[in-house]
This record gives sequence, structure tokens and C-alpha cells, in this order.
Amino acid sequence: MSNIITVKDMCLWYGDHKALNNVNIDILEKSITALIGPSGCGKSTFLKTLNRMNDLIPNVKITGDVRYEGNDIFSKEIDVNQLRKEIGMVFQKPNPFPMSIYDNVAYGPRTHGITNKVELDEIVERALRDAAIWDEVKDRLKKNALGMSGGQQQRLCIARALAVQPKILLMDEPTSALDPISTAHIEDLAIELKEKYTIVMVTHNMQQAVRVSDYTAFFLLGELVEVGPTDDIFSKPQDKRTEDYITGRFG
Amino acid sequence: MRNRFDEQLFELNREIIEMGALCEEAISNAVKALVTGDVILAGSIKEKDNAIDQKERDIENRCMKLLLHQQPVARDLRTISAAMKLITDMERIGDQADDIAEIVVFLDGHIVDNMELIEEMAQETIKMVTNSVDAFVIKDIALAQQVIEQDDIVDDYFLRVKRGIISLITDQAVNGEVALDLLMISKYFERIGDHATNIAEWVIYSITGMHKGA
Repeated sequence: MSNIITVKDMCLWYGDHKALNNVNIDILEKSITALIGPSGCGKSTFLKTLNRMNDLIPNVKITGDVRYEGNDIFSKEIDVNQLRKEIGMVFQKPNPFPMSIYDNVAYGPRTHGITNKVELDEIVERALRDAAIWDEVKDRLKKNALGMSGGQQQRLCIARALAVQPKILLMDEPTSALDPISTAHIEDLAIELKEKYTIVMVTHNMQQAVRVSDYTAFFLLGELVEVGPTDDIFSKPQDKRTEDYITGRFG
Repeated sequence: MRNRFDEQLFELNREIIEMGALCEEAISNAVKALVTGDVILAGSIKEKDNAIDQKERDIENRCMKLLLHQQPVARDLRTISAAMKLITDMERIGDQADDIAEIVVFLDGHIVDNMELIEEMAQETIKMVTNSVDAFVIKDIALAQQVIEQDDIVDDYFLRVKRGIISLITDQAVNGEVALDLLMISKYFERIGDHATNIAEWVIYSITGMHKGA
């Protein structure tokens, strides 16, 4: 397996405020990387940089080198829409569109020009199957997505992200609004998905990082303090700041 | 931060110190009974062993609760898992002290010349047990390392005691059964040294995250 994303000496400013300081990290393809750290440490900012969601925020300045499959994501030749198609995002709160389950999943492919009904049906089924929700919704695809439970809505959002066949899924606290059973579903799903996709996940839940991720990166005050195999980070962290944070003795 | 958890870890340390003290008492009573032929003292070691077994269960329960409630990671996880491993060795030390005491009862006051060497050997193993438990409590790698090295001294004692027993047999200064009992006793002390070494290895793991042979 090779690195699908490489980040070198990346800094990010919101106006005068330096939110990320010299971040260096490689993301291995078909693995799950958890980003942990206290609120405001820069982990979500970092996540959003990977598919240039930060472009949408005014006064953001980024330096350093961020490469996706070897290509500089800030280069002029990069098609941002194509980048976001390949690096999809799932947010903290499930945010299905106020339309049918089917149309939610078909939305992305339609935007990218697919109109053939048979083709769309196939894409929708495959995405819903990959998101482990097909069996629950196959008989009510025309029903409004807002009628689903929170956990189902989140899996639908994952299906919607998968429908455009991304290579990477960015997840920003994908289970923080969900009950334990829905959380377990999403965690199992993430582990299944890494067969085909690379996942980068922000989480405040340490046990979730331990259960789900292969690699863990600890951010503090805009700095990437430590990154390594999750089992090592949680059994013998090298940096005292990591130790203090994960054992709850931070500050 | 985490005052409650830190207090509970402090309590865990306290219980391990208590269990260690019980083990030391059991071994030193065993050797005293052996040297003086005090059968009553030997008989009382069973109670110490029972207290050690009870302590093991208490500490085990405490550790299980800590794992469940605190979901510890990093050094906390290592401390608790090391504690769960090393109490098994301490429990075995208690058993072996009791095994020695049983033989003392069986010897029924029979005292032979080779006792000084066995007594020295016993003192050395007691030191190992004390140091290994202390090393855990104060998180001292050097002290744990010292225990591991001390094991060679105890092993050497065992060989010397064995040779002594062989000459006693050759000189027909002791009957066969007593000779074998003495050999068993010194073997138990040698095993106690091995358990203290195991404890010291878990101490090093709890501090560094690296266990010998892992």
C-alpha cells in the first residue's frame, strides 16, 4: 500500500491567526486515520484542507505542500470539483437533502452528468449496499430521507458520498450526534469501507479511535504532535503531551 | 485533572504494597520455621497464604473495575495490566512459602548443618521480592533491573545448596528423605526468585511499554 496523501510543512492562517503550524503527515491508502486533539487544535481545519473545503472561507492562507496521488492539490491545473468528488466528506450532523432517499444518493452522479435510469439505479443500490443501509431502505427508496432515524440518515450521507465513487472519505466526528447502536453501525461500516476507500476521521471519542483506526494523529495548538500506529499511540505514546491528553491529564 | 482515577491508582499501589508485605512475611516466617524447627510457626503460614490469595482476588477485582470504568490507555493501561500480571506471581510466591512450611512440618524439628546456606539464599530471595514490589510502586527501572540480575545470585545459591546436600548424602550425614526435602525447599526458594524476576519484568513493561521477549 502506498501513501494517497502526503502533507509537507503545511501552515494555515485564518487572517492573522495561525491555525496549523508545519504539519507533516502521510495518509496510507485503504487505511483509517483518526485525528484527535482538544477543541480548537486544528484537526477539523486540517481535515477540510484535504479536499480544499477551506477555500470557501475568506482570509484563509495556506503554505506548504499537500499532494493527493502525487499531485499538488493547490495547483492551478487541479479541478476542485473533481478533487471533492474523489475526496468526499461526511459531517458531524447527518445532513440529508429534503428529498427522497433515492434522490439523495443519485444527486451527486446526476450533477456529474449521469441521467440513464438503469445506470443510476445501479449506482444508488451499490452506494446504499456499501453504506450498509440497503436492506433497511430498499422498499422505501421514494420516501423522504428526513423520515429516517439519525443513524440511518448518517449512513445515507455516507452512501451519498460513496455514490460519486470517491477514493477518500473525510469524516468529521461522524458519530457524535448518534446513539451507541448507530455509532457501532458507523464504526463497523468504516472498517468495512477501508477495503475500498481511505478514511480520515476526526473524533473526540478516544475509544472510537482505538476501536476503528489504524493510525492516530494527535493535534495540539495547531501542531501535529505525534502520529503513528493507533495501538502504539494508545499503549506507549512517545510525546508527553500525547500521554497527558489521552490519559485525561491534559492541562 | 482525573483526581478520582489517580486516587484509585494510588489505592491499587497501596494494595500491592500490602500483598508484597504479606509475601515477604510468608517467606521470612518459612525460613525462620525451617532454621529453628518451629512447627507452630510453620503451621501459621497457611493463613498468610490464604490472606495473599484473598488479596489477589481483591486486586484483580479492583483492576477489572478500573478497566471497565476508566478505559485506561498508555501508562495507565500498562500500570493496570502489569498489576494484574504481577499479582499472579505474588500469589505463586505465597504458595511456595506455604509449600516450604509444609515440608518444615514434615521434617518435624529435624535440623541439619546445611541450613546457613539455605537461610542466606532465603534472605536473598526476600530482598528480590521486596525490591521488585518497591520498583513497581516507585516506578524504578534500575531497581527492577537489579532484581533481574539478583536472580543469578539465587540460582548460584541453589547450585551450592545442591552440592552441599550431595556431600551430606555422600557422608551419610543425613537420611535420603530429609536430603530430598531440603533440595525441594531450596528449589522453592529458587522459584520464588524466578517469580520476583517476572514481577521486575512487568515493572519494566509498565514503565517503558516494552516487555522482555515481546
